[in-house]
Amino acid sequence: MSGATPAEGLHAELDAAWANGRGWRAPVTVSHGALGLRFMYTGMGFFLFGGLLAMLMRAQLALPGRVFMPPDVYAQVFTLHGSVMMFLFATPVMEGLAVYLLPKMLGARDLVFPRLSAFGYWCYLFGGLILISSLFLGVAPDGGWFMYPPLTGAQYSPGPNTDIWLIGITFVEISAVSAGVELAVSILYARAPGMSLDRMPLFAWYILVMALMIIAGFPPLILGSVLLELERAAGLPFFDPTRGGDPVLWQHLFWLFGHPEVYIIFLPAAGIVSTLVPVFARHPPVGYRAVVVAVISTGFISFGLWVHHMFAVGMPLLSQAFFSASSMLVAIPTGVQVFSWLATLWRGRPVAHVPMLWLGGFLFIFVAGGLTGVMLALVPFDLQVHDTQFVVAHLHYVLVGGMLFPLIAGLYYWLPHFSGRMPSLALGRCGFWLVFIGFNLGFLVMHWTGLLGMPRRVHTYASGLGWDLPNLLSSMGAFVMAAGVACVLADLLLHARYGPPAPPDPWGADTLEWAMPTPPAAYNFVSLPTVSSRHPLWDQPDLASRLLRGEGLLPGAPGGRRETLGCDPVSGEARSVIVLPGNTWLPFAAAAVIAIVCIALLMKIYIAAAIAAAAALCILFHWSWQNGVHPLPGDAAPSGLPLHVLAADGPGLRGMGLTLVADGALYLSLLFGWFYLWVVPPSAVALLCRNGGLWASGSSASLLLLAAAVCATGAALVLRGSACRLRRGESRHLSAGMLAATVFCVVAAVALAIAWSGAGLVPAVDARDAAAAVVLGCNLVHLLLAAIVLALQVARVRCGRVGAHAPYEPRVAGLLCGYNALALWAAWVALVPFPQAWGGT
Amino acid sequence: MLGRKLLLCAGLLPAVAAAVEGPLSVLDPAGPAAREAALLWWWMLLVAVPVWALVCGLWLCASRRSPTAARTGQQSSGLRWLLFGGVLLPGASIAALLAWGIPAGQRMAYADASPPTLTIEVTARQWQWDVHYPDNGLRLIDTLYLPAGEVVEIRIGSADVIHSFWIPRLGGKMDAVPGRLHRLRLRADTPGEYHGQCAEYCGIDHAFMRLRVQVLPRQAFAAWMEAAR
Repeated sequence: MSGATPAEGLHAELDAAWANGRGWRAPVTVSHGALGLRFMYTGMGFFLFGGLLAMLMRAQLALPGRVFMPPDVYAQVFTLHGSVMMFLFATPVMEGLAVYLLPKMLGARDLVFPRLSAFGYWCYLFGGLILISSLFLGVAPDGGWFMYPPLTGAQYSPGPNTDIWLIGITFVEISAVSAGVELAVSILYARAPGMSLDRMPLFAWYILVMALMIIAGFPPLILGSVLLELERAAGLPFFDPTRGGDPVLWQHLFWLFGHPEVYIIFLPAAGIVSTLVPVFARHPPVGYRAVVVAVISTGFISFGLWVHHMFAVGMPLLSQAFFSASSMLVAIPTGVQVFSWLATLWRGRPVAHVPMLWLGGFLFIFVAGGLTGVMLALVPFDLQVHDTQFVVAHLHYVLVGGMLFPLIAGLYYWLPHFSGRMPSLALGRCGFWLVFIGFNLGFLVMHWTGLLGMPRRVHTYASGLGWDLPNLLSSMGAFVMAAGVACVLADLLLHARYGPPAPPDPWGADTLEWAMPTPPAAYNFVSLPTVSSRHPLWDQPDLASRLLRGEGLLPGAPGGRRETLGCDPVSGEARSVIVLPGNTWLPFAAAAVIAIVCIALLMKIYIAAAIAAAAALCILFHWSWQNGVHPLPGDAAPSGLPLHVLAADGPGLRGMGLTLVADGALYLSLLFGWFYLWVVPPSAVALLCRNGGLWASGSSASLLLLAAAVCATGAALVLRGSACRLRRGESRHLSAGMLAATVFCVVAAVALAIAWSGAGLVPAVDARDAAAAVVLGCNLVHLLLAAIVLALQVARVRCGRVGAHAPYEPRVAGLLCGYNALALWAAWVALVPFPQAWGGT
Repeated sequence: MLGRKLLLCAGLLPAVAAAVEGPLSVLDPAGPAAREAALLWWWMLLVAVPVWALVCGLWLCASRRSPTAARTGQQSSGLRWLLFGGVLLPGASIAALLAWGIPAGQRMAYADASPPTLTIEVTARQWQWDVHYPDNGLRLIDTLYLPAGEVVEIRIGSADVIHSFWIPRLGGKMDAVPGRLHRLRLRADTPGEYHGQCAEYCGIDHAFMRLRVQVLPRQAFAAWMEAAR
């Protein structure tokens, strides 16, 4: 160990730069390892809570006519069970695993937006706590996890129950979307040098697709929740058929999110399977490229089959056939993955371990669930079993089989990584068999309960319908499964104290997360690896020790900076050194203040909500002001690579781009709602001639909207010009340019506000006017936001934080302005020519 | 593992067989539409079980082979697995399923049948079914009279929230959505008593939102209609 002393020096230097907050300063931590584990612990907590609710339901349904929970409590329990499992367990726990693993697998020291991870975690925790605390206050959401109006509208659910769901879940979604942006940008722009897309671990591909799906898939639900909350709180009738709305619009928005969500949960789990199977088969994955293509096509297909949740809402046979076929189509990419796992196993030399047991359980259950899924996609059969216990059984087969089993396999597999200790074989096996047998007893039988006609969401049932025995068996199975979960939990808890220390790379894995001592330090690698194949640890067995000796890239933390490498997204070539921010209170503070906004909204104290929202904005803009001021290197990094903020193309630009994609998905969903309200509701005809305000071409409102679009375009062009000149190194008139763009935005906002007030909209009376008001309001908010951002840019130019030496930020702001211009033009097309073409006036 | 599972299934079989005949059982059809769906189910089950057993069997065989049994010198890339198992197997199954299922869906909707002579309006509300016979103005609550052997059209609406109209032994369900009027065609083959149940969660008494369906022989039905006029 000739290099021991310098290595220890590096280690101490890194420790000083990367140390997590301890004790009361724990909330300042931003490093991905700690946050990933927090996500997973919290997700597990919510899982146990959701499981407890399931036990309550199974206890109630065990015998006919047994009612220890009255129907209103039962409704809260089943709604919360579904919501907690989907939103507070399945999605975040997978994100947490990805947040923990990805930088390690990709050979990086952290994700590229560490503070965003922290912000996402706090939003998730606070939102989740708001949601589950409602049960203890007796006001939990009670409309079913998909919250169909009008049952969830103000008339039929006057209490705060529905508001808690809408506001709490939207708060949690912030975390999902921020994790989506964070993970996608990190995977694309912060990998080890040499790790081209083609050499990326399959798990990273799966998470990349999941992240992009979150970015496109969650916004429709966020929009739907905002619209329903506006309907409840402000009387805007989007879903009220008597005022031109349509309750089915909610179902479209919900399932436009809801079906991709199923794959958002399943894909990371399949990624775990694709990671573990080759390791335990001692064989590279068969058909790496085919699997990548399958994963990407799953992502695309999953956005084209949401309607299969709505076959019973009365739609034309032709569209039923289309969505039926597209739903079944997803069996092909899934089949490719399943047979890739089988082929890998078949061609390898499999070794048995506890994780393999869980993977076997996954295959048995998931394949069965997939097969019933194909059955459900067939409309004539679906019309019989839709909304029955058959569907409940199916969805548990795909979600528990497809997500929980691989997750536990993954937990066992990475347990030595988390804790540096090995789990117990006996308890692990015992837990597996109890869960496997209990699950199948509980849910296999439930298919038959459904075929016997038992609907879902009934709080009790009469004897003599043939449902007594299957329900009893299901309840027994559920309790056996609970005992198995307890075993697994005991194993996880006990191993941390009594487990034997894990050897390095205990499973003989090929991916980089095992190229570090376990449990890992906050900075992962003493020095960063270079990759030359898909299986770095199989091909370079001494990699771990070389990295530890500091023989890789960017050793240590010179100047106390947190550094990792930025790469070319395709070739993986190193392009820049990314300096990452350190510990800070900002994310925690921002999330806490937003939590106050949510609570104030729930208690209908709107003044407090407005004050807290203003405070949150201040914190977030203060945060943006801090950007790029973490310690800068006095000289170029020894590697000779430029610093990312000086390179004019850093993760922030891509992060902004993807955030705007999410924003655009939200806006497109809104426009979808607007067009839908013109075209679909049967009552729309009666309202056709009601208003001629905004839509008449040549009216002052429509001209003002046009003026706003022109001004926003002006702002975007000015910024583009400034950014181009900056890249050439010219910074003259930069401040003036920014000021002009700010003025353009303000003028556009004023024009829009006048158009809005002068358009004669009657949002409380007509659903389409309500939708138009939201379109205009959404644009107004964006313009004001852009105006603030640009005003801050003026200040930053004057402070010298932006200029020829730091040309990066105007490009980021330019994206926002370009988005605004596009959105306003789209608004003009949708609000002015379209209604005329449709025959509105 | 497989043996245990089969044993489990076998143990349940008598219970299942006895219970297939429930009053709300999808597998106890009493009309052409429900029969179509039940037949689909049995065929799909018949195909799905071997497919499931094949995939699981492959997994078990592959993971239980002893390391020494692994053949050496294999040159094929293994992509044949993906082609046959991943593309052709599901592709062919889907094609067959759609070729059968889409026409079955047409038949279930009685799309090609001559326009029904009898129309009944059903309005769902929390938590009851209002049944109205426009022909004679008769109004009933939670009770539906139908003639045997005849396709009838039921116009389904809702007075408050979303419900779902479902008589499992006669045919598929149809949501009752406020602001919309949905048409569902049904036919019962034999006279007798059947049951309906709301299938979409609609509030606290959802579990008790049931419908009693009385199917009368054609003449008896005509007489009943006449008497009620």
